[in-house]
Amino acid sequence: MLQKIKELFVGQPKKTKLNVGVFSFTGDEGCVITFLEILNYKLDSWNGRVNFQHVRVMKKMNALDGLDVAFIEGAISNRKELEKLVEIRQKAKKVVAIGTCAINGAPSNHRNFFDEEKRKEILPVLERFHHLPSVEPIGKYVKVDAEVPGCPIIEEKFVEIMENYIKEFGVE
Amino acid sequence: MHSKDFDIVVDPVSKIEGHAELDIRVRNGEVEHVKLKINENKRFYTQTVRGKNFNSIPQLVSRICGTCSIAHLNCSAEALEKALNVELSDQSKLLRKLSMYGLNIRDHAMHLYLFCLPDIFEKDSVLDFEGEDAQWIKDAFEVKAAGNALSTLILGRAVHGMFAQIGGYAKVPEKEQTRQTIEKLKSVRQRVLKLIDIFYNRDFKFNRKTNHVCLITKDYSFLEGEVQSSTGICIPEINYWDHLERVVIPYSQAVGYKFDKGDYMVGAMSRMNMNKSALHPETKKDAAKYLSVFPSDNIYHNNLAQAIEILHCIDHSIEILESSAFVAEKKALPQGKESKGVGVLEAPRGTLYYMMELDGTGTIKFANIITPSQQNQINLEEDFRQVIPAMLDRDKHDIEHELEKMIRAYDPCFSCASHFLKVNWI
Repeated sequence: MLQKIKELFVGQPKKTKLNVGVFSFTGDEGCVITFLEILNYKLDSWNGRVNFQHVRVMKKMNALDGLDVAFIEGAISNRKELEKLVEIRQKAKKVVAIGTCAINGAPSNHRNFFDEEKRKEILPVLERFHHLPSVEPIGKYVKVDAEVPGCPIIEEKFVEIMENYIKEFGVE
Repeated sequence: MHSKDFDIVVDPVSKIEGHAELDIRVRNGEVEHVKLKINENKRFYTQTVRGKNFNSIPQLVSRICGTCSIAHLNCSAEALEKALNVELSDQSKLLRKLSMYGLNIRDHAMHLYLFCLPDIFEKDSVLDFEGEDAQWIKDAFEVKAAGNALSTLILGRAVHGMFAQIGGYAKVPEKEQTRQTIEKLKSVRQRVLKLIDIFYNRDFKFNRKTNHVCLITKDYSFLEGEVQSSTGICIPEINYWDHLERVVIPYSQAVGYKFDKGDYMVGAMSRMNMNKSALHPETKKDAAKYLSVFPSDNIYHNNLAQAIEILHCIDHSIEILESSAFVAEKKALPQGKESKGVGVLEAPRGTLYYMMELDGTGTIKFANIITPSQQNQINLEEDFRQVIPAMLDRDKHDIEHELEKMIRAYDPCFSCASHFLKVNWI
């Protein structure tokens, strides 16, 4: 109650941190590795302003609720991934596709272009592990708000998008 | 754990490529089965390369693994060079070594600082380190950045390097950038000694004798030499298939391997156990105390071996960079022909094999790629089988954490080595 009254008089409390998640689907994780390289020189500056609340390469205790921005690498190749993607989209205010796999499916989608002979070879694996008929970019299934191109991602572009969101979400 | 009947399913939440699941079934206090399910090759690269021209292969297979792309780049190039009788110049050999060093510094540092160190400090993440411990965050990113700088100097970038070609390099290091890289490498040396020390003092322990297999390289440069095992077998690269046995594991998307019908281990500890005398003199001098640990049967010493390898990579790189004047060379332009070549190198996590068969037009007819994580799969399962009975009276969370720590000791691949295994108790 007190908080509500306070908000009425002084407005919304200023946002102190951008809640960020970094997610990985089918791919080689090169974009997440590159994200870790970006931290070599950006962690100091982001540390006070970004809350890395869901980054599985760096922590076990991860949370999806209240996510502001989800950075997603990789293409979608099985049902489990698709369900997870939809869940992330529901929870995150912004979704950014990072790297070519997430943006257009390649190079994780080689099997989409296999001939009959190769298709036959891989069929048992596809069936056993519940793969979808084709490997697709995340934009095929959910709305994407921004893209960081490259294989792996162009570092400057990732930094630019992160800093734009820090501003857009009013982080002080 | 008070019951003698239980199942454990260790399942990653959403990480896909290279992820592992662990499935354990205990009945009557006996481990009935241990299933390690690795998903590494499901983008079907061995099928993908078939029918492609040899020139496109290194950049294509680099995408198998973002973590150790440089190993795939170099190993595929080596296989194709051997197939097409392309001899690398002495300068290109040095550049290839340096690219392996850049890879190992960055890769080992990422694994040790970001994945293993939180276990020592009993924190969830290195990002949670506070007060005096926060210096380790700085160390992590400085050491990683030094490895990155070296890879960038040689290949243009650290992930999917652009300058490496079959038979040579499209660009050679520039003087000023070389000088800066040397400075950077020198500046992190003390931090690396501190890292070695903390892994030396860590008291995690699980001993089991196993067969160690690696390339014995004269200067510990991860690239040349013959494959040897601690059981005393020595194999020229081309005969690799005579001793490896492919084991189809029905629950795993990756096949496993046996060496001469037995389980075996590859990686930093195998290299250190078998080849520590080849380390750089400066490394041997400053790490003498730590090196006395090897040969070791304690799986956790794999992490200590990784830390020592970072130092070696730094020391040998500094020596090479300080004593070389790189000049642009004429590029080899290999022509496709009916042939077959085998490339073998030591990737950060162990021995990587590439076999490529070409037709008369230079099109790939057949490829066989064997990665370290596949090779360690059976050995890790056996370790689990032996360690679990001793933990049956412990708390669920405890067993789960111990198993995760053991996986991280192996550093089997980027995703399974990290902190995101979700454990479901049935």
